[in-house]
Amino acid sequence: MYTILEKQALNDVVKLMVVKAPHVARKAGAGQFVIVKIDDFGERVPLTIADFDRRAGTVTIIFQEVGKSTKHLGALNSGDKLATFAGPLGHPTEIKRYGAVICVAGGVGIAPVYPIAKALKQAGNVVISIIGARNKGLLFWEERMRTVSDELIVCTDDGSYGRKAVVTEPLKEILSAKNISHVWAIGPAIMMKFVSMLTKEFNVPTVVSLNTIMIDGTGMCGGCRVLLDEGAKFVCVDGPEFDGHKIDWDSLLSRQRIYRDEELIASGRWEHICNLDKAVSGDKDK
Amino acid sequence: MTKQERIKIPRQEMPLQDKLIRRCNFEEVSLGLSEALAIKEAERCLQCKKPKCVEGCPVGVLIPQFIKALRKGDINESIRVMKIKNNLPAVCGRICPQETQCERNCFLGKTGEPVAIGRLERYIGDYELSRRTCPMVKPRDTGKKVAVVGSGPAGIACAVDLGREGHRVTIFESLHLPGGVLIYGIPEFRLPKSVVHSEIDYAVQCLGIEIKTDHIIGRTVTLDELLEEYDAVFIGTGAGLPNFMKIPGINYSGVMSANEFLTRINLMKAYRFPEYDTPVRIGGRVAVIGAGNVAMDSARCAVRLQKSMGMKSGEVHVIYRRSRDEVPARLEEFHHAEEEGIIFDFLTSPVEIIGDINGNVTGIKCIRMKLGDADISGRKKPVPVANSEFTIDVDTVIMALGTSPNPVVFTNNGNLRRTNDGTVVAGNETGRTSRERLWAGGDVVTGSATVISAMGAGKRAAADIHRFLSGEVS
Ligand SMILES: Cc1cc2nc3c(=O)[nH]c(=O)nc-3n(C[C@H](O)[C@H](O)[C@H](O)COP(=O)(O)OP(=O)(O)OC[C@H]3O[C@@H](n4cnc5c(N)ncnc54)[C@H](O)[C@@H]3O)c2cc1C
Ligand SMILES: Cc1cc2nc3c(=O)[nH]c(=O)nc-3n(C[C@H](O)[C@H](O)[C@H](O)COP(=O)(O)OP(=O)(O)OC[C@H]3O[C@@H](n4cnc5c(N)ncnc54)[C@H](O)[C@@H]3O)c2cc1C
Ligand code: SF4
Ligand code: SF4
Ligand code: FES
Repeated sequence: MYTILEKQALNDVVKLMVVKAPHVARKAGAGQFVIVKIDDFGERVPLTIADFDRRAGTVTIIFQEVGKSTKHLGALNSGDKLATFAGPLGHPTEIKRYGAVICVAGGVGIAPVYPIAKALKQAGNVVISIIGARNKGLLFWEERMRTVSDELIVCTDDGSYGRKAVVTEPLKEILSAKNISHVWAIGPAIMMKFVSMLTKEFNVPTVVSLNTIMIDGTGMCGGCRVLLDEGAKFVCVDGPEFDGHKIDWDSLLSRQRIYRDEELIASGRWEHICNLDKAVSGDKDK
Repeated sequence: MTKQERIKIPRQEMPLQDKLIRRCNFEEVSLGLSEALAIKEAERCLQCKKPKCVEGCPVGVLIPQFIKALRKGDINESIRVMKIKNNLPAVCGRICPQETQCERNCFLGKTGEPVAIGRLERYIGDYELSRRTCPMVKPRDTGKKVAVVGSGPAGIACAVDLGREGHRVTIFESLHLPGGVLIYGIPEFRLPKSVVHSEIDYAVQCLGIEIKTDHIIGRTVTLDELLEEYDAVFIGTGAGLPNFMKIPGINYSGVMSANEFLTRINLMKAYRFPEYDTPVRIGGRVAVIGAGNVAMDSARCAVRLQKSMGMKSGEVHVIYRRSRDEVPARLEEFHHAEEEGIIFDFLTSPVEIIGDINGNVTGIKCIRMKLGDADISGRKKPVPVANSEFTIDVDTVIMALGTSPNPVVFTNNGNLRRTNDGTVVAGNETGRTSRERLWAGGDVVTGSATVISAMGAGKRAAADIHRFLSGEVS
């Protein structure tokens, strides 16, 4: 069992947790992920390692509440325990001195982009960051991102904060104006697809971090497979970072939808249970 | 009783769940022999002076001796004899391919039906699990530390034998539960998970073995780090990497490996979704490719899911490129699968998976095969029949085409000798690898094989590790 030491809400739907897991903290690196399972009934959920402290033996995860598992996780508090916390999985990000780089983050993707931007900056790169979300309420860590970026552009789809744009708009302007040697993009698959299509036009190498459906996360089921130019790869062991220009995005997007009906059932059932709980504890209060 | 009288006793049939009922549940199909049936079956054994049956068993279970004790009614003695060679009788009795191992060699099989050795083994195994009459004792601590990587049959057998010698054993397992294929692969209706858990818990409690789950060796800790901390390391990581056929269309939604399908169902209990969080998707028309144990398990799970979802017209096909006579699965499972209504398309090989514009599977294009000359393995080689392509309408395709070792454990271990198939090169009698203090056994050495052969390899390696740790050999 792994104890949650700290919990913070970064906005209405994004939560941060610090978890005691010395075996993962020992080896963790930027770009890697863990598999979290809440209890005996839980599913194995992949979440990026947002930060870690080797000496304290802790790992930080940041997640957006989108369905049953992440909502359930978000309802836990410090002191609660998780049944499984396995990792670090996947390969760490390859940090080098590339020159001028752009880090693009969409929504909860800001969390995994932050340690990468930080490491790139420390390695002597000029870092331009673009962070975007549907609206102001979904943004977080603007200040943190600013400290590791030479330039930061913030945008929202609805214009409620920063520039009213999707991230590809400022990206295109910078790519047209400047000589950029590398781009990182992490966010919803559809965003990574459009970023990759754009950077391909400009011939700028682009790394994306894929969030396919996973089961074991250790390379034994193939559920996470993605089609690249050279054939199928397993995201959990060969990735999660890949060359965005080689990915068959349409296949990736359709595979992410496989379990949509079941996800809705699970989520609906969870909310129902929560509401019952609330009703019961509400009764007690009275 | 005279020999003639013994020979006249018919082989006792295993009571089964009715085929129409069992298709709708995940409960065990074979119900186990009663005491009376078990003793009657045990009476059939002729107690051969040179028992050929023992030669057929990969770990050399003392078959006549355990049967003799059983029919005298001394089940404790029967178990004691069994456990000299095999720690997991409740598992092996259920899932060994007896017809190609012990029972194939049984003298009675020459003229009639062999003694049902597996069923008797299961009987005493279950007796022991429910009564715990024969606990293993932890001997004096030797102070030597051994790391066992992987908690499948090979790792467990190795750990138990080392624990019995008094060594301090730690098992590292990447998943959240120990047991390997016994937990994530083989379904509940063939091997109840409670049997596996209690066999493992029992051994671990008696011998003080520590199991660290959630530890992926190669990621969480490397083999080099284990070798620094432990006196010896055994790799029993199995062959868990699924192969996908190299045909167009494998990435459509609805195509999955048998490992994914079975892991969702067995490890994650998806057949009890939404009580358990992990779902599994199955359509009304399923094709399973391959005809080994893995394919049978997949097909039989698919039928059960269809029925439990209330599908009346569900269809499950097994597509196999050779003929009925070559089916590699355990015979009993093949029969059970046929009884449960699974459709077998023999001499058929897929050439392409067809999908719609949304990326969902709609069919599988196949070609007819015929058997040609024998290949090096002695089996007749299937060759395609020209212009015989046809399409089966399906919405789900499960690939059960064999597996190879998962390479994650070997991260940064370029100098460990492996074959082109990715299996570790290790001595058959000792399990020694090309690296000092590093042993290996089970599917990671042989490729997909059987539970009992993996256990045998784990035991031989344990014996060699013990000789090494006690200074008998270097
Ligand atoms: C390597 C990796 C790292 C990840 N890191 C993070 C992270 O740091 N923070 C974070 O919030 N999420 C991360 N994800 C995504 C996270 O695993 C999913 O959001 C989570 O599994 C959803 O579970 P659920 O039961 O809450 O929702 P579900 O009920 O499973 O899904 C609800 C909705 O989310 C969509 N969805 C489901 N799974 C995914 C997915 N993998 N990616 C995108 N959408 C999905 C579904 O289509 C559905 O619309 C990561 C995924 C991978 C593979
Ligand atoms: C569906 C199916 C049905 C089968 N049916 C039968 C049958 O009826 N009869 C029969 O005799 N045989 C059967 N087999 C074959 C049999 O199960 C295997 O031969 C046997 O389990 C091999 O044992 P093992 O210990 O070598 O490996 P496994 O059982 O595969 O165990 C390996 C363990 O190592 C773990 N591991 C892997 N990598 C790492 C790592 N890097 N770090 C830590 N842990 C790791 C895995 O998670 C797993 O728990 C079947 C196999 C399958 C898949
Ligand atoms: S372990 Fe398997 S092969 Fe050996 S006697 Fe028992 S059932 Fe037969
Ligand atoms: S060969 Fe058959 S009859 Fe002879 S000892 Fe073995 S089980 Fe008994
Ligand atoms: S999640 Fe199973 S192979 Fe990647």
